[in-house]
Amino acid sequence: MSDTSANPEIHHLAPPTSFIRKHVFSLDHKVIGLQYYGLALAAVFIGMVLSWLFRIHLGWATAAIPGLQFFSPNGAPGGVITPEYYLSLLTMHGTIMVFFVLTNAPFAGFGNYFLPIQIGAEDMAFPRFNMMSFWTTFAAFLVMMAAFFVHDGPPISGWTAYATLSSVGKDAGPGEAMGQNLWAISIGLFCIGQLLGSLNFIATTLDLRTKGMSLARMPFSTWAWFITACIGLLAFADLLPACILLILDRTAGTSFFNPAGLVVSDNLQPHSGGSPLLWQHLFWFFGHPEVYIAIIPAFGIVAHILPTFMRKPLLGGTRVLVGCLIAAGFLSYMVWGHHMFVSGMNPFSALLFSVPTLIITIPFTVSTLMFLGSIYGARLRFTSASLFCLGFISVFISGGISGFFLAQPSLDTYLHATYFVVAHFHFVMAVAAIFGIFAGTYFWMPKMIGRMMNETLGKVHFWLTFIGVYCIFMPMHYLGLAGNVRRYSAFTDNYLIPLIPVHKFITVAALLTGAAQFIFFYNLFHTRFWGPKAPDNPWEATSLEWSTTSPPPFDNFGGRHMVVRQDAYEYGVEGAPTDYIMQTATDTIVEH
Amino acid sequence: MGKVFAVALIIITLVSVYPIIAHTWWPPPTISTTGPSVDHQMDETLIGTGILFISSQLILAGFVWAFSSGKGKIKSWPGGAGPVVAFGIVIVGLEILSLTFVGSKVWASMYMTPANEYALHIDVQAEQFAFFFRYPGPDGVFGPIHAEKISDGSGNYFGLDPANDVSARDDVVVGSLAIPVNTPILLTLHSKDMIHNFYVPELRLQQDIVPGLDIPLHFTATKAGRYEIVCTQLCGLGHYTMRAFMDVMSQSDYDSWLKQQSGD
Amino acid sequence: MSTTTYVPAQTPGSRARVKTPVVPATKGIASNTGVWVAVSAIAMSFAALTSALIVRQGSGSDWQRFVLPRILYLDTVILIASSYTLELSRKRFAASSSRPGAASKPAPDTAALRSSGLYWLNMTLTLGLLFVVGQFLAWRGLASQGLFLATSPSSSFFYVLTAMHGLHLLGGVLGLLYVGYRLRRNRPNAQTSLGTAAVYWHFVDLLWVYLLMVIAIRM
Repeated sequence: MSDTSANPEIHHLAPPTSFIRKHVFSLDHKVIGLQYYGLALAAVFIGMVLSWLFRIHLGWATAAIPGLQFFSPNGAPGGVITPEYYLSLLTMHGTIMVFFVLTNAPFAGFGNYFLPIQIGAEDMAFPRFNMMSFWTTFAAFLVMMAAFFVHDGPPISGWTAYATLSSVGKDAGPGEAMGQNLWAISIGLFCIGQLLGSLNFIATTLDLRTKGMSLARMPFSTWAWFITACIGLLAFADLLPACILLILDRTAGTSFFNPAGLVVSDNLQPHSGGSPLLWQHLFWFFGHPEVYIAIIPAFGIVAHILPTFMRKPLLGGTRVLVGCLIAAGFLSYMVWGHHMFVSGMNPFSALLFSVPTLIITIPFTVSTLMFLGSIYGARLRFTSASLFCLGFISVFISGGISGFFLAQPSLDTYLHATYFVVAHFHFVMAVAAIFGIFAGTYFWMPKMIGRMMNETLGKVHFWLTFIGVYCIFMPMHYLGLAGNVRRYSAFTDNYLIPLIPVHKFITVAALLTGAAQFIFFYNLFHTRFWGPKAPDNPWEATSLEWSTTSPPPFDNFGGRHMVVRQDAYEYGVEGAPTDYIMQTATDTIVEH
Repeated sequence: MGKVFAVALIIITLVSVYPIIAHTWWPPPTISTTGPSVDHQMDETLIGTGILFISSQLILAGFVWAFSSGKGKIKSWPGGAGPVVAFGIVIVGLEILSLTFVGSKVWASMYMTPANEYALHIDVQAEQFAFFFRYPGPDGVFGPIHAEKISDGSGNYFGLDPANDVSARDDVVVGSLAIPVNTPILLTLHSKDMIHNFYVPELRLQQDIVPGLDIPLHFTATKAGRYEIVCTQLCGLGHYTMRAFMDVMSQSDYDSWLKQQSGD
Repeated sequence: MSTTTYVPAQTPGSRARVKTPVVPATKGIASNTGVWVAVSAIAMSFAALTSALIVRQGSGSDWQRFVLPRILYLDTVILIASSYTLELSRKRFAASSSRPGAASKPAPDTAALRSSGLYWLNMTLTLGLLFVVGQFLAWRGLASQGLFLATSPSSSFFYVLTAMHGLHLLGGVLGLLYVGYRLRRNRPNAQTSLGTAAVYWHFVDLLWVYLLMVIAIRM
């Protein structure tokens, strides 16, 4: 059996036999990874539908959406979305997408599935904690969904839940009663799930690497998951107490965030002395690293996939890209105040925060340059996965560029809380990170379920999505330049009325692009049941996951102890008989 | 497929950039003394990032086009990663330095310098979902705010107690901000419930209004006219309706306006 | 599986690479890494609470200082003692499984050492539970001063910090109970778990000392 001296506690679990043990309460990291991915799929569908609803409202404020009145009689009487329901839809859209999609899929989903395999381990370090982490996250999701069905509806304070709107309770408006409480409980549970997950990722990466798998030989995706887990550990550990304090302010009459003298709906509130800015500090100290938690796995996945479809390694090798990701992760803790330039905190601190914010563009620029420089001299292969990787580079450039504007306080004074910000974060998160998820799906689905996805459908999906996202989010920059404020449920101000046609265009683009995603959903469904069987290594790739069957056996490698003798991306080695050398190959590569 | 990608990307890039160059949707002309410096900073940033955006997307398109055959000898970037990393650091570093150096001066002129000592003081109360403005009246002093006296129902938006506070008796409370042109203005921003925000796009400035804090904001308007003040910080269901008008007028018009308001 | 040595090409920019040796598999013990990771996360959340406390104290003028219930100092002694007893337990178990030493050292009396180890472990658990009782008494003491959760920000933080700490301590108690169960039945690797649990317990102890200092200084 395996080397027990290194890790005596890793139980050599026998494969489960009952349905419950195999598919529900499974300790197998592969099942858990698929469970996370499935949860993310459900969440992204819900989040997307929410966006359709409020985008229709933005373009056509009096439009009645048939059937919506049955889902929420208070929120959409006659099918017309009320201003408060608009805010609820927006809040839940943001919350579901950021937490249950962008943190789940690229990190918990693919990471759980592939991190142990890519380092040659049999499972994660703590399989029971791993299972608990998924079910805690699932419970968090159920609690969040419950907010749709309480009498007062879901919260209206945005995914950022700023005090005092989120902290005074029901006087603040509809949705601010039980809905906000459920939100805070859900997010608290989510934090616990993620902390357990991060614990697993870190311990597994440090202690369960197989013989020959030095840190330098780990694939980019493994590095990205490891770095993300480290970032997440500290970030979610900050958000959890913040949520607890929020719940106490709302329900126990404490005054962490609620100052004295609040008169809400003509009711003088009993609090005193709290600081609304305190919530913002606590939230953004989590919130900024969180967005890097969303993007870094996507970077790792794209960096991992590109060499396979370029038949050459990445420019700069492991050192440069991983160095950039570590630098970005480190800096991410120093920039949270750039969300608060005009918040009322000391204006001098705005200058202090803007410096590391601008500096953080450096590692991301260098990473993008490494991608670009790698394409030079490549032998490109165009598959759905590689197209989404190339698309990732383009959309990340687009999203990153707008960051240059927002990082400067002197420009933020005009652009803060306009659609310019909405454009920026959607490009880097909703588009770039999602492209990373798509690329990972097309690349790894054959390995995960043992069947090849349909490439034609995949390519159609790519083209419609790539053009669609530019149609949706590029115009938002122009709206922002025109001063169009965000989180408005309708545009009644004089200077905003001329911009409504742009909103209509965006809505149509969003609906069409959303419809295109059904091609992806259909492809997944069709593949699951009728896809052609996948070979072990359909892409002629090098990393350890391709050295085992599709799907891998219960213990990942069928009892073999993998010995790694090559770096992760030995493509295009001169003089070699094949244009790729797997990590387990015993060939010798010599440098002169 | 590679050539299609390249062409699509070039089209996307050019179409994206066009509205910026053509100023199709653009900030309204500025009417603030600090506005031109913000606009200058914006233009500099647009040019710098525009060059980066266009060149990087075109390079991506070009490389994908050039190497899309899937055959050919594998080549590595000449010179390796080192020069590229150095280039990235230097280019971005320079851009950062220049933007920060100039930009911090712009920021400081708006938010870190004290108001003109002769500025006209006006008090602002933000609430769900309206702005109210208070002028100190002939005595030049604002009456104290009493939170427990605030009542929308009776129109006491600032919680004034004229019965007991002498200084509150001549305070003028209105729903629009009237100010004389070319005069330094100092606003003190209060909120009675949620975090709101005072934003006038033409002034190129905005400031969150935080309950529990009294936040100063100063500016000088240079052109008469009616402008919209909007709230940009999500404050509840009526957030999108929260608007007031800023009327910039000549000094004489302002004086007669104020006299008229005090008379009521 | 063939072993091929590629003839290095002479052209510059060639992709041939230095043969790197095969490194051995990682030797770290996952549960040890895990507990340090967990400790960092918990430390971070208390750091967040501390900074919230500092900001809150500065933001309003309503910070009320109060007299700390004396029992907290006794509680501190109890907790420190529990760390000491845990170390005694851990050392006994370590000695019980050590190999016979040099001729001058006698072979360990395994059974006696194990039962002594279990004794000290039970002492630790008892002291831990006593600590929690002391916390409740402290809360009662505060309530008798009229200080409840929402009375003033200082009392709010007192209850939140002590409750959070107490919850983590109870988690440690559950962990030690589980470890004790495995030690009694001589399960494999139970001693490693004891070491891991000890790290957690000592951390919770140190965390308490830190919190007491914060509370004493700021409240």
